[in-house]
Amino acid sequence: MIREEKMEEKKKFENMVNIMQPEPHKILHVVHETQAEFTFRVAYEDETRDGQFFMLSIPKVGEAPISVSGRGDGYVEFTIRKVGRLTQGVFDLQEGSTLFLRGPYGHWWPIEETFAGPEQNLVVISGGTGLAPVRTTLNYFYDHPDQIKSLYLIAGFKDISGVLFNEDREKWAKAEKFRTIYTLDDSDAPGFERGMVTAHIEKIPFDTFGGNYNVAIVGPPPMMHFSALECMKQGVPEDKIWVSFERKMSCAVGKCGHCKINETYVCLEGPVLHYPKAKQLFD
Amino acid sequence: MGYQIDYEAMDRILEQLAKDYQIFAPKWDRQKKNVRYGIIRSIAEVVTGRQTDFSIKEAFYPISQVMLYFRADNVEEEELKDPRKILILCRPCDINSIRRLDKIFLENGAPDYFYARLREKVVFALLECRKSFEDCFCVSMQSNITGDYAFALRLDNRDGITAAPILVQVADAAFEEYFAGAEAADFQPEFVTENKKIMHAPEISRADLKEISDLEYWKQFDDRCIGCGGCNTVCGTCSCFDTSDVLYAEGKSDGERRRVWSSCMIPTFTETAGGVRARKTPGANMRFKVFHKFYDFRARFGEDNMCVGCGRCDMRCPKDISFFDTVNGLTEEIRKMKTGGEPESK
Repeated sequence: MIREEKMEEKKKFENMVNIMQPEPHKILHVVHETQAEFTFRVAYEDETRDGQFFMLSIPKVGEAPISVSGRGDGYVEFTIRKVGRLTQGVFDLQEGSTLFLRGPYGHWWPIEETFAGPEQNLVVISGGTGLAPVRTTLNYFYDHPDQIKSLYLIAGFKDISGVLFNEDREKWAKAEKFRTIYTLDDSDAPGFERGMVTAHIEKIPFDTFGGNYNVAIVGPPPMMHFSALECMKQGVPEDKIWVSFERKMSCAVGKCGHCKINETYVCLEGPVLHYPKAKQLFD
Repeated sequence: MGYQIDYEAMDRILEQLAKDYQIFAPKWDRQKKNVRYGIIRSIAEVVTGRQTDFSIKEAFYPISQVMLYFRADNVEEEELKDPRKILILCRPCDINSIRRLDKIFLENGAPDYFYARLREKVVFALLECRKSFEDCFCVSMQSNITGDYAFALRLDNRDGITAAPILVQVADAAFEEYFAGAEAADFQPEFVTENKKIMHAPEISRADLKEISDLEYWKQFDDRCIGCGGCNTVCGTCSCFDTSDVLYAEGKSDGERRRVWSSCMIPTFTETAGGVRARKTPGANMRFKVFHKFYDFRARFGEDNMCVGCGRCDMRCPKDISFFDTVNGLTEEIRKMKTGGEPESK
């Protein structure tokens, strides 16, 4: 009897998706970007959109939200910084190991809807590992130069030891439609300017874009805040600005409460947010 | 139908019900020395003279809940061990608090599987609540009345030394069979109609949010609140959780993932792996909690405020911070903010 009821119970929930259940995926390749940042290429067949994230778990250690930093036929990539207990565990994994994922989650950069177009210009401003969530977007426009008129990238890093995606950065720097500024906060190195990203925003010729442009900003909260303010000082209307938030999340599906800011759940309405909304969120 | 029934007969009914239901009710926890919802076998175990220290939610949203088991290369979900449904004897405010939890777990994004499969089993039996306790403000929060119950019981019908019979109203016809043969009686449960405490809920609008966020008012909690999270733990509407993975033995690949109640008042609630905290002070955490209970939830789901006015958080706080006073104080601060500090007109 009990067995039957159990089966009945199971049947009732068969159609309900267990949204917390991760699936195993094989690690195909590991790139050591820096001493503290590795990129993991993981087998993955389904679609993802630029700017989305996955909940990445290492059994027995824990789960955390990680942005997709790259993608291709049959794989996605995650660039992970060695901080905290979870990410430490990831660094012990190697090619052939299993990584548990669930996702993809969240709202993406509005590429087709807003960013792309033969007359459109895109300005990307990133701080540190913030380059990871815009990497797929940068590569999309690198691969489809007809989709954009020009792309300006200001990528800032703390110092040379934190510089990511060397191959990509080199190819972007040489691309016809790309204008790149790579900068280190407080030190000098060949190929890099010096100073915070905010110091370079005035170099972007916003007034030549004929109003056809958008700005994507990703990085630590103060960096995004001051970059947006600097853009607006340069005459950028706030509705041309988009940001991506990084928050603590335990579920990524609107339940655990960690990422909530006022009535907004970053996991559901973000992580990519239109600045007019983002600036209205008060922690 | 209404019935009256003595305690012994009620116990026999509970015995019948227990075949189909795990029966939870407020009972004395000898170890923890408090009143919590626990499994009862006899109606005499039910504590009616005081409010429970913990809310009803632990009956189907456990403090620590296993979700998944990890094997070497796969993940299996935890199966439910008890096939029975869940019957909870509780007060109106607690029943109303569950409607708030339902919003988060079932309507905010896709439904939560682990919550839904237990929640679906839950049936309420109303413990009539006629007299407000000291810390209650359910009437202000409009959570003093409910119609969501299978049957209602009056247990406080004691007359001097002799215990008068229990009065029963069966609202769900499916439960009539359990009471077949009992003596008929007229009984409609009454509800609390006034509390000593009156909550003047603040009217927080989107346009005022920034200014209210920036009030000096919140800073008083930086010195007072110790961030223990006790208020969240006893709250019937707090739903936040952390997940944590447990390894069965060092070097073994088997383990489990649990979710455990969390608290927006603890300092690390918003801390990301790199150690950055979105909210850094107890005052900011208090503001977050007050906003959630009196603005965010209503703004998102468009109905009631989240708080049901059970007053448990006020009973629990080890630093004697009253949430009731905090929110009423905020209402006054907002009034001052809007009138430029003018005293209230009489």
